[in-house]
Order: sequence, then structure tokens, then C-alpha cells
Amino acid sequence: MNNLVIMPIIIPLLAGLILILFSKNIGFQRFFSASAILASGYVAVILLQQIKGKGIQVLQAGGWEAPFGISIVADMFSALLLLSASIVAFFCLMYAFKSIGRERENHYFYPFYLFLITGVNGSFLTGDLFNLFVCFEVMLISSYVLLSLGGTRIQLRESIKYVLINVLSSSLFLIAVAYLYAMLGTLNFAHLSLRVADAGQDGLLTTVALLFLIVFGMKAALFLFFWLPGSYSAPPTAIAAIFAALLTKVGIYALFRTFTLVFYHEPQITHFIIGILGALTMILGAIGAIAYWEIKKILTYNVIVGVGFIMAGLASSTHYGMMGSIYYLIHDILIKALIILLGGTIIYIMGTSKLKEISGLIRNHPFLGWMFFIAALSLAGIPPLSGFLGKVFITRGTFESEYYWLGGIGLFTSLMVLYSIMKIFMNVFWGETNVSKEMEKGTAKGLVLPIAGLTGLTITLGIGAEGIAESVRIAADGLLNPSLYIEAVIGESQFGSK
Amino acid sequence: METVISILIGLFFSIGTYLVLSKSLIRIILGTSIISHGVNLLILTMGGLKRGGAPLLGGIETKFTDSLPQALILTAIVINFAVTALFLVLSYRTYKTLGTDDTDRLRGNVDE
Repeated sequence: MNNLVIMPIIIPLLAGLILILFSKNIGFQRFFSASAILASGYVAVILLQQIKGKGIQVLQAGGWEAPFGISIVADMFSALLLLSASIVAFFCLMYAFKSIGRERENHYFYPFYLFLITGVNGSFLTGDLFNLFVCFEVMLISSYVLLSLGGTRIQLRESIKYVLINVLSSSLFLIAVAYLYAMLGTLNFAHLSLRVADAGQDGLLTTVALLFLIVFGMKAALFLFFWLPGSYSAPPTAIAAIFAALLTKVGIYALFRTFTLVFYHEPQITHFIIGILGALTMILGAIGAIAYWEIKKILTYNVIVGVGFIMAGLASSTHYGMMGSIYYLIHDILIKALIILLGGTIIYIMGTSKLKEISGLIRNHPFLGWMFFIAALSLAGIPPLSGFLGKVFITRGTFESEYYWLGGIGLFTSLMVLYSIMKIFMNVFWGETNVSKEMEKGTAKGLVLPIAGLTGLTITLGIGAEGIAESVRIAADGLLNPSLYIEAVIGESQFGSK
Repeated sequence: METVISILIGLFFSIGTYLVLSKSLIRIILGTSIISHGVNLLILTMGGLKRGGAPLLGGIETKFTDSLPQALILTAIVINFAVTALFLVLSYRTYKTLGTDDTDRLRGNVDE
């Protein structure tokens, strides 16, 4: 038992509740929300060290033993994601300070932001299927409000679609939970995994597994991504960035959890289908990224390509594939927030999202331009930067499991991603400067700071990849050996220790 | 008993799906509501519909119905209630601002 495990859920939740009381005191709201996110990031660091030293950390909520109560579990995979989520949440919050506007700040922006983080952290930490559903809903309801907050025409229109698609996928989630409960009689991940291993994964269970694939695929924008480009281009930049960085990643996390812990017995069916869906996602996302001449659309389609690529690692289910996926997932959380923030800043400065109306921005904004260049290279996976190692490992994993086509498509779409992002760079930053500094619609002053922070992180993560190599290896081991997780959750209560 | 309820749930789902695919916003919201009713019934059915006392200790029964699905449904109902309320207000605001409840006319416009 370790009470620290639940802190990343409790801290933002309590902070959000307190901030509801102080809706008019903006200074306090800013300070308090930033410190709450920093505190949960700090807890994630401590958890990382504890997991490294003592193995998976578990909290049986209320002292009820594992299958009967709700278990909160922090293994290396979730701790790494927690830490990267907190870092990105902090930088997006800093960006929001400068850009979100007094109107939204007065209407409970910060509490909802913290509730969103609560839902995300809860989804990463929970060890129970229905609790995962509840955490999803906490996250989703906050995201509905953040998406529609402000009430402009485009936001209202897109929130209708976003809410509808998520209400339906939540219904599907509940259906899948009901079927699974009928077949296995439990909802605890570790216990589910034990029961599936005992009884064998028959056709019915594989069907339920595919239903989960559809549910989480909808959330993660894996093939069922048709809601994403519209929804993610509607809200203000800071909110779009945190959505792109975290919301789809929670779906990805849930896919990893279910398909490595519970439904890992029929990989030739489930993982093969994940591979096909991943390949289709990469291709369709890359086509979308190339097709548009609009910054927002190109960047949101790039979010989709990343999802497909991470899934390729899961589909391979080899050690290298898993390690690559974890590296790439951490990188993807950082880089998606970074490029959306960069794109949003360009749109804010120029007052338009159309590539053909912008040119020669590098003369007035050299710093922004070179950071965009670094982010673009990192996104495509150029060696010294953070996207490289993940791509190498995922490609190696797919080749090892003889999914050559999958690795090939991954490499090919990397080229298309590089083309799409360089299209932005060359059109926006090169060429004749058509807008002088005085004619610009906004100023990048203050917005550059969080962007510089994230750029620094993507460079550090690329050069210093060795620093987290040990943690990533432990996380990949944990994903490939479900027995470690089960022992930590169930074993503890069976031997009655503490 | 389970078979009959399953057919009923299937009916709920088909009606809900049909409504969600229609054009008017209010019909879509009604459709999601009906689907959630189907889901709640499904959870109850999947927990088993064996005879037994209500899960209250202190009665004379010795066998009880499964209490876990009931707790799950209660949670799901509350969540769904909140989301439906939000959805209704959102569609009201959309109707006020955009002046239409026809989903065909909620596409992207050139003026935005």
C-alpha cells in the first residue's frame, strides 16, 4: 500500500474545487492551478523513483482487497505518462495565461482545466475497468466544456459533433463492460487478466476485445478519427494543444492496457487488426496532412498519424516494439502540444490560418521560425531529436515480428509528415515578407516562453534519451509480462501483507 | 427472461441508432437517451436476472440479486444525466446562435 499513488488524482481535483470559489481572482487562480500541476508532476517523479526501486506501486482504495475494492496502480508505463502529461499541462497552462483571455478566465477556465488533468491522471492510474470509464467521463465532460467555452459559432458547431460521438462511444464502452462482467464476473484489470488466462480467450472474449478496440479506437482516433480534425481546430490554441497532447493519448494508453494485460492470448487476430487499423490511420492521416493548405488542418491530421504509428508498436508486441511505442508516446505528448502551440501562435500573429496568405515570417520572428524548424524535424524523427529513437525501435519491432508492410508504411508516412510540416515552414517563414511588424494582428510576446520550454525538452529528450532508457525498459518489461502487474495487485492481498 | 429483455434492448438500440442518424438535433439527443436506456438495461441483464431478494441486509431472504451491476447502473445514469443536460443546453445555445437545428446546415461555412 502506498498512499502517494492517488495523489496525482487528488491534487488537481481538490485544487479545481477550491478554484471554483475564487472565480474572480485571476491572479490566485493562475498561481494555484500552476502549482497544483507542478505538485502532481513532482509526485509523478517520486513515484517513478519508487517504482524503479521497489516495483509496481499499488493502493487498494478504502483498504478493500484487490478484486473487491478499486485498486489504484502505478506501474512504470503510467508513471512515465503521468510525468509527461504534467509537464505538457504546465506549459500549455503557461501559454493559456497569456492567450486565453479574461472572458474565459472569469468563467471557470482553470477549474475545468484541472478537472481535465484529474480525468487524465485518473485514467493513467486506475486498475479497474469501470473506474476507467468514470475517469474517461471526468476527462470528457471537462473537455466538452473547454471545447465550447466562449461560445463562438465554430466552437458550438464542433462541440455538438464532439459530444455526440463521445456519448455514443461511452455507451459502447458500457456495453463492453457489461459483456465482460457477464463472462468473467469481475472488473479489476489484474483479476480479469487472471480469469482470461484461466479460462482461455475464446471467440466470445475476442469479440469483446474487438468491441474494446472500437471504443478506445474512437477515443484515440485510431482509424475512427473522423471527428478529430473538426473538433481540434475549433477551440483556442492552448486548449487545442492540451487536447492534442493528452486526450488521444488516454485512448492509446487504454488500448495498451487492455491488449497487453487482458486480451493478449490471440495476437494473430487482435494485434493483427490493430496493425491494419494503425496502417490505415497512418496513411489516411498523412493524406489529410498533405492535402490541406491550412495550418490548423495540417497539424490536426498530424495528430492522427502519430496515433497510427504508436499502434504499430503495439501490433508488433515485441520488446523493441513496446519500447519504441513508449518512447514515441512520451515524445508525441510533447511534440503535439508544441506544434499546435506554434501553429496557433502563427495564426494569432497573422490573423489567418491559410498558408497562401502568409509568407516571410522569419524576418520578424526568427526565434519562432527556428523553433518551428526544430519541432518539424523532431516530429518527422530526424536523429538528434526526440522522435528518432521511438521510430527506430518501432520499425525494428515490426520487422522482428515480420510485419514488414507495417514498418514500411510507418517509414513512408514519416516522409509525408516531413513534407506536410516543411510545407508550413517554407510557406510561412520563407519568401517575401508580406506583412510588416506594425501590420501584425497580435504579438508573440510572452507566448514564446512556453514554446521555448517545450522545444528545449524535445531536444533534451532526444540527446538525453539514455537518461530514461532504464525506465522505458522497465515499462516495456511490465507491458510484456502481465504477471508482474497481477502479482503486485492481487498478490499483495492474498498474502495479507500490510 | 434474459432472451426477452435482450430482444427489448436490441429494439432500444435500433430505435436509438435510427434517431441518431436523423437530421434534427433534438431527435439525435433523444436517440442518445434511448441508447443509454438500452445500455443500462443491458448491464442489468448481463449481471443475471436470477430470482432473489433486493440486496438489503436485515431482511428474511438468504439469497440476493447481484448488487454490483446496480451500482454500475446508478453511476452510469448520473453521468449520462449530466451529459444529456449539457448536450441539451449546448444544442439550445447552438440553435440560438446559429439559428438552425438541421445538422446538414451545421457544416463549415466560408465566413468563419
